[in-house]
Amino acid sequence: MTSNIQLDSSGRLKHLLTLEGLSKSLILQILDQAAEFAEATQGRDKKLDHLRGRTVINLFFEASTRTRTTFELAAARLSADVLNLQVAASSTSKGETLLDTLKTLEAMQADMFVIRHDASGAAHFFAQHAAPGVAILNAGDGRHAHPTQGLLDMYTIRQAKGDFSKLKVAIVGDVVHSRVARSDINALRILGAKEIRVVAPPTLVPAGIEQMGVKVFHSLETGLDGVDVVILLRLQKERMLGAFLPSMSEFHRDFGLTKARIKHLKPDAIIMHPGPINRGVEIEGDVAYGPRSLILQQVSHGIAVRMAVMAMILGRNSEDEALAKKPSKSGKGRKK
Amino acid sequence: MSSTKMNSLLIANARLLDPASGLDATGFLGIRDGKIAYVGKTRPKDAYAKTLDAKGQWLMPGVVDLAARFREPGQTTKATIASESRAAQAGGITAVVLPPDTSPVIDSPAVVDRIRGKALAAGGLDIHVLGALTKGLAGEALAEMSSLKQAGCVGVSNAAFGLRDSLMGRRALEYAQGLGLTVHVFPQNPALANGGCAHQGPVGTRLGLPPIPEAAEVSAIRFWITLVEDTEARVHFGRLSTARGAALVETAQKRGLPVTADVAAHQLFLIDEDVEGFNAMCHVIPPLRSAADRDALRAAVKRGVIGAICSDHQPHEADAKTNPFPLTEPGISGLETLLPLTLRLVQEKILTPLQAVERLSTTPARIAGIAAGTLAVGQSADLVLVDPAVRWTLDAQTLLSNGHNTPFAGSAFTGQVRQTLYRGQSVFSQ
Repeated sequence: MTSNIQLDSSGRLKHLLTLEGLSKSLILQILDQAAEFAEATQGRDKKLDHLRGRTVINLFFEASTRTRTTFELAAARLSADVLNLQVAASSTSKGETLLDTLKTLEAMQADMFVIRHDASGAAHFFAQHAAPGVAILNAGDGRHAHPTQGLLDMYTIRQAKGDFSKLKVAIVGDVVHSRVARSDINALRILGAKEIRVVAPPTLVPAGIEQMGVKVFHSLETGLDGVDVVILLRLQKERMLGAFLPSMSEFHRDFGLTKARIKHLKPDAIIMHPGPINRGVEIEGDVAYGPRSLILQQVSHGIAVRMAVMAMILGRNSEDEALAKKPSKSGKGRKK
Repeated sequence: MSSTKMNSLLIANARLLDPASGLDATGFLGIRDGKIAYVGKTRPKDAYAKTLDAKGQWLMPGVVDLAARFREPGQTTKATIASESRAAQAGGITAVVLPPDTSPVIDSPAVVDRIRGKALAAGGLDIHVLGALTKGLAGEALAEMSSLKQAGCVGVSNAAFGLRDSLMGRRALEYAQGLGLTVHVFPQNPALANGGCAHQGPVGTRLGLPPIPEAAEVSAIRFWITLVEDTEARVHFGRLSTARGAALVETAQKRGLPVTADVAAHQLFLIDEDVEGFNAMCHVIPPLRSAADRDALRAAVKRGVIGAICSDHQPHEADAKTNPFPLTEPGISGLETLLPLTLRLVQEKILTPLQAVERLSTTPARIAGIAAGTLAVGQSADLVLVDPAVRWTLDAQTLLSNGHNTPFAGSAFTGQVRQTLYRGQSVFSQ
C-alpha cells in the first residue's frame, strides 16, 4: 500500500501524504481535534502552544496563495516558527535536485515540511528521503492527493450533515486532473458515505475511477438527482480549452451549477467548492455565496483542520516526548 | 602440436539445447579456432586440448538481445559501451542490437563506424546497430538507409520518435523494403501516449499518474500492419505491452504478413500494481500494464507470436531515479536479468527449455538477420553454460552494468550463467 510510510509502528501519523489507507477512527480523531481547535480559536486570542519551538517550512513548488496562507496561519496559531518558500523551477535548473533542496532545508532544523509540487508522488518522495523525525505534510501533489483539503471537506460535511452513512455526494467537474477529487473520494469511502458520484463529460473522467468506489454520470441532471452534497471542482481554463472542452460556456451550459438547477436539488443539499471559483463556469456567482453554499466556511475550516493535522503529527503528548528523549544522551541527534 | 589442437575445447556432458535442430540431449560440443567443430551425444574421436565437464549444466547458443541501450555515444554518465559489454557477457549475451537513438543519432556511416570502434575496443561481444529510419530521427526526411546498410546496420528504426505524418511512414517502409531492411517499430503513438508515465487504468488513476492508454500501442500496430499489407515490407514490433497488440500481431502473422515481435523480459513479470508506492524502478515505457495483459503476453511468447524476449536495457545513474515518479527517467537495467527471468518462465512451465533458448537466441538472431543462435557445426562458438538449479538473490550493487536501476533487487532466482564463451573464449565465468 502506498500509505504505510505515513504511519509509525503504532499506527499514528508520522506524515500525511494521502488519506488512502487511513482508518475511519483516525480521520474522525483529526476532525474532532479540528473542532476543538476551531472552538479554542473563536476568541480574540487565537494563539495556542502546541508547536512552540517547532519549525514548519512551507515548501511550495507550485504557485498558491490560499492554501499556503491557511497552512501558515495554522502553524502560527500553534506557535510554530514558520518559513515560507516559493521554489520556482529555477533552483532545479541550477543543477540542484529536489533531494538537494530538501537536505539543505533539513539542515536548518525544520521539524515539518508542508509541500506542494506538481508531480504526483512528490510527497511520498520527500517522505522517503526525509531524515528520521522530519515530517512531511502533503499540500497537494500533482493529480494524486490533497489530504488536508479532503479532511476539511469532510469536516464541513460532518458539521452540516452529521452522519456520513446516509449521504449521497456528487463531485462535479475536472476529476481527471483533480487531487481534491481523489482525496475526497478516499475520505468519503473511509467514512462510509452511502453513494459517491462523479459527474463530468467523459474527457474529464479518468479511466477506472469506478474502482475507487464511485458511480460515473455524464449528465448533471441525473448526477445531482437526490444528492445531499455537491462538491464542485475548479476548472483550470488554460488546460481545458480545445483539448478537453470546446468552451467554458458550453461546460457551464451542461455542468455549471445555476439558480435554475439548484431548484431541483434536495431542499437541504449543500454546495461546496475548494476555491478559487470561476464565476460563470462551475457555478453562478449568486449561487456561490447563496444560502446553500458552504464555500467560505470551507476556508475557515481549513485552518482548524490543518492545525489538527500539524498538532497530531508534531505535538506528541508529553509521555512520548519523555520516552523519545531518554535514549539520546549525546544531544547530537534530533529530538524525536 | 597444431594450432587447431591448441585452440580447442571440448565441453562434455552438458545438456545441449539447440532449437534450430530440435536437439535437447546430454552430449558433447567441440570448439576449434572459435567455431563449433562437433556436436553429438557421444564423445568425439579426435583430441581436444582441454575438456570442460559441464555435467548438470545447460549449453545453449549465446543470448541475442534485440534492444539494449549502451548510452554511447552521448550519455556516458549513464554507461559506456565498455561497461555494458561486461554486463552483457555476465548476462550470457553474445550479441546485442542497439537502437539508433544515441547522441548523435545513428543516421550516418560515421556514427556506425565510431560505435564499431568502441565495440572492438571493448571486445567479447557482437554489437550490432539499427540505423535511423529518418534523418536525426526527426521524422521529416528519410535517412540514408542504403549507406547505413552498407555500413553494417542490421535494420532501421525511428525508436520512440514519431513521424511527420503517415505518408512519411509509408515511404520509409517502401524504401526500406527495397533494400531488404527490416523496420524495427517501437509501437507507441506519441500523441496518444501524450507524455504519460503509467498504464491507463485503476492504479494509475488512483495515484494520479499521467496515463498511457493501450490505444497508444494498438493504434500504432494497426497502422504499421496496414502499411505492411500494402508494401510487404518486413516489420518487427519491439517491446509489446498489451494483449490487444499481441492479438493484432498474431492475426497478421496468420495472414502470412512478414511481421515479428519481441517483449521486454520485465513485461512478463511486472504489472501496473508494482508501481504502487510510486516505485520509480518500475517506471518503464511502455508502462507496466494489467495482469491480464501480462498473461496474454506470456501466452503469446509461448505460442511464438512474440518470437523474442529482450532486455530493453536502459541503464541510469542513481539521480535519474531519485525524483517524484513522473519526473524520473524510464527504464530498467536489464542485461543481467534477461536470462534469469526467462528461466523463471521455464520454472513456471510456460516455456520448455528449448523454447526459452529459441526466444532468447534463435529467433532474435533470425529477426536481426545475423549468423547466431544455433549450435550448428561451423558456427561461431558463442555459447552460454547455465546452471539451472543454483539459487541466488540479486544484489543491485553487484550488477556489472553502470546502471543499478532494477526493480528486481532482492529477488530470488533459480538458474544462473556459469560461463559465457565468445568465439570459443571464455569472456565471463563464475
